[in-house]
Formats: sequence, structure tokens, C-alpha cells
Amino acid sequence: MISLSIFGIENTVLAVTAAVTGFALVGLALWIAGLISPRSFNPQKGEAYECGIPTRGESMAQFKVGYYLFAILFLMFDVETVFLFPWGVRVRELGADGLISIAVFFGILVLGLVYAWRKGALEWK
Amino acid sequence: MYDLSVITTWIHDLLSSFMPQWLTVTTECVLIGVGLLLVYAVLALFYIYFERKVCAAFQCRLGPNRVGPFGVLQSVADMFKILIKELITLNHTDKFLFALAPFLVIIASMLAFAVLPWGNGIQVIDFNIGIFFLIAVSSIGVLGILLAGWSSNNKFTLIGALRSGAQMVSYELSIGLSVLTMVAFAGTMSVSGLVEAQHDVWFIFSGHIPAIIAFIIYIIAGTAETNRGPFDLPEAESELTAGYHTEYSGIHFGFFYLAEYLNLFIVSGVAALLFFGGWMPLHIPGWESFNVVMDYIPSVIWFLIKAVALSFVIIWFKWTFPRLRIDQLLSLEWKYLLPINLCNLVLMVLIIVKGWHF
Repeated sequence: MISLSIFGIENTVLAVTAAVTGFALVGLALWIAGLISPRSFNPQKGEAYECGIPTRGESMAQFKVGYYLFAILFLMFDVETVFLFPWGVRVRELGADGLISIAVFFGILVLGLVYAWRKGALEWK
Repeated sequence: MYDLSVITTWIHDLLSSFMPQWLTVTTECVLIGVGLLLVYAVLALFYIYFERKVCAAFQCRLGPNRVGPFGVLQSVADMFKILIKELITLNHTDKFLFALAPFLVIIASMLAFAVLPWGNGIQVIDFNIGIFFLIAVSSIGVLGILLAGWSSNNKFTLIGALRSGAQMVSYELSIGLSVLTMVAFAGTMSVSGLVEAQHDVWFIFSGHIPAIIAFIIYIIAGTAETNRGPFDLPEAESELTAGYHTEYSGIHFGFFYLAEYLNLFIVSGVAALLFFGGWMPLHIPGWESFNVVMDYIPSVIWFLIKAVALSFVIIWFKWTFPRLRIDQLLSLEWKYLLPINLCNLVLMVLIIVKGWHF
């Protein structure tokens, strides 16, 4: 016999409880640390940690555009998985109709991956 | 065998015998919160100790052995040490985002932690889309890491955060697809439903080839999700000092550390849930007396054994493989794991439709 939901409370309430617990953990630990940790002032302490000598140039350094490309590709495939989940739960019940329609959807997305691959979006140059 | 919901039912009856309903619910929520907090903290302390001991064993060292018997109190001592360290306020950070980042990281891991099936009758959140909820909330953690790196206003943290973001979102796809493979096999997304479906045989045995492929992909992607070696390049200390948490000091850093170890537990817990039956004891169809003996071991012990054993495998990876470069990391995901995963999904659907599973 498998028993469900703890105390019979609604899951949404429990999710909020868990989130509040996480919040309380951070808040409580910060509060305790604030009470017992030392405080001292030193102008060098507020500087960015780099290597010891004063920081040069902008901290917001340039970075590769490749990160953006992968983020966009991720969006595409993440939405794909989101759409596949409801079908995944009902594979057996939906039968042939479901398989055909999901195959079309799946095929278009695989074409997208093939296109990105051929275009060289997956190369890190 | 042991239905642990008798304990929760007993508490519920006791509380509702002398309290109005709203107060009962509030008290129970507080109890759940305190319980989660305690288990979270104790598990994090255990994992820090466990990792240090395992790493030491791999390197033929002794590991922590001074504080308490066999050094078991070392991580407790470390926790107190980190609490009394100064929280340095920097004069160039984005103050609000800098303070917000640890909250996001901890809340994400706490929510994912609450979904795990601990035992028969001990599971906090049990949505009918449980495993999907888990994937959704664990991706909030990426946001925390990106914010931490961005708001610190430091070159190392910025690059560390971007690497971490690229790595975590990429490998989230593999996690999602291998979870989807198992969800299609089980026909349910609820965590208790997944456990129940594995009453007779665990999915790794009943789903044979596609389940094993999905498991291997999941464990690789899970290692990458937790930013652990060989995928630890967001915090590669020889290049980026400490990556996205370079500028965090004291307990602020401790939160990232805590979340990292808890994510290790969550990843292995989800692997145990999807492939090794969650808290379900090992049952072999036909071997009735064997099944009865296995049922005598409490479900919580089963879950912890599976999760810790899988964590051991993930820690083992760290000492076996050298660290990857960012281009190798991304091509591993996009050119190997993702296509293999898509083919594996098709294979799984074929097996489901043909009924070639046990």
C-alpha cells in the first residue's frame, strides 16, 4: 500500500512551505553570522579579487558570442521537451495517431538540429 | 512493509484533537519546514565528510581524522568556522542581486529536495507532475549562479558564471530527455506513481537497453549539472580562482557550497527514483521468500543506500577523468549526448509499442 501526500495537505501549500524553508535557512544563517562574525574595515577589502595589484580596465569584460548561440539553441530544445512530456505520459493510450503527429513534430526539430550543425553553430571557434 | 504514514497520521490526529483546522495545518507546515531544514543540513554535513573521505581514499590519504571519532565532526567544525568568518561587503557589486543569488540557489535546491521520495509515506511534495516540477525548480539554480557571477563585477566571476550557465542549460536538455524516456516508459510523472510502477521490477531491469542508455546519459548530465569534476570548469581554480563565487566570503560562500553538495544528493536521488525504484526494495518476480526478506529493510534505508551509492559513482568520476575544455564540453553534449538521447527516445517508444519490455 502506497500512501500519498504527507498530512493530507495540498501540494501547493507544501511547495510554498519548502520555498519558505529555503528562505528561512539563508535568512537564519545570515542572521547568526551577522551576530557572531567580526567586522573590520580596510579599504583594500572592498576591491575586486584579482591578483593583488589594482584592477585594470572594465570588469564587464567581453565574452564570446558563442554563449548566446547555445542559449538560443537551448531554448528551442527545452521547449521541445516541454511539449513532448504530455505525449510521453500518454504514449500507450494515444497509439498510432499520437505517434504520427509526434513524429512530424520530432522530425522538424531534428531538422533544426541538423541545420544548426551544418551551419557550424555547434563549433566553438 | 513499514508504512511510515502511520507516524504522520498519528501526529495529524494528535494535533487536530485539540487545535482548530487552520492551526493544525500551520503547525504541520512548520513541522515539515523544521524537518526539511534538519535533514537538509545533516545531509549536507554528511556529504561534505563523505566526499572528503572518498577523495582521500582515492588518493591513498587518510582524510579528516582529528575532530571526533574518524573525523566525523570535521564538517560540523567547518560549519561553525564558516559562520564566524567575516562577511565582506564589496564597494563595486550590485548589492541587491549579490544578496539575492544565494537565496535563489538554496530555494531551488530545497524545492527539488522536497520532491524526493524518502520512504513509504514520507514524501513532502507529491504533485501529479512531480518529476517535471523537479526539473523546473532545479533550473532556478542556474539563475542564482548567473546572478552571482554577474553582480560580483569581477572578470573571473563573469566568465565563471557564463561557463556555468552554458554548461548547465546544455546538460539540462540531456536530463530532461532521459527523464522523458523513463516517463514515457512509466506512463506517469508523479513521483509516487513512478515508485509504485517499479514495485515488481526496477526500471533499469524492465526497460533493459534504452533504460541503461538513459541511465548512463543521465548520470553524465547530472555530474555536469552539479558542476563537479570532470565538468568543474566553471570553478576551475587554476584559471578562474573560484569561478562564480570568487567574491563571496564567509557564510555567503557556504550557501553555494551547501547547495552544490545537496544538488549532488538530489541528482543521485532522482537517478535512484527513475532507474532503481526510489525507496522500493529489490523484488525479483517469482522469488516470494526473497521479496519478503527484502521488505524487512525499511524503505528510508533503501533510498539512502541507493542515493549514496550513486553519489559515490559521481565522486569516482572526479578522480578518474581529467577536466574538459569548454569546446569539448559543449560538443559532448550537442554532438553526442543529444542525438544519442533522441535516438534512445525513439528506441524506447518502439519497445513500448511492441511490448518488448518485462
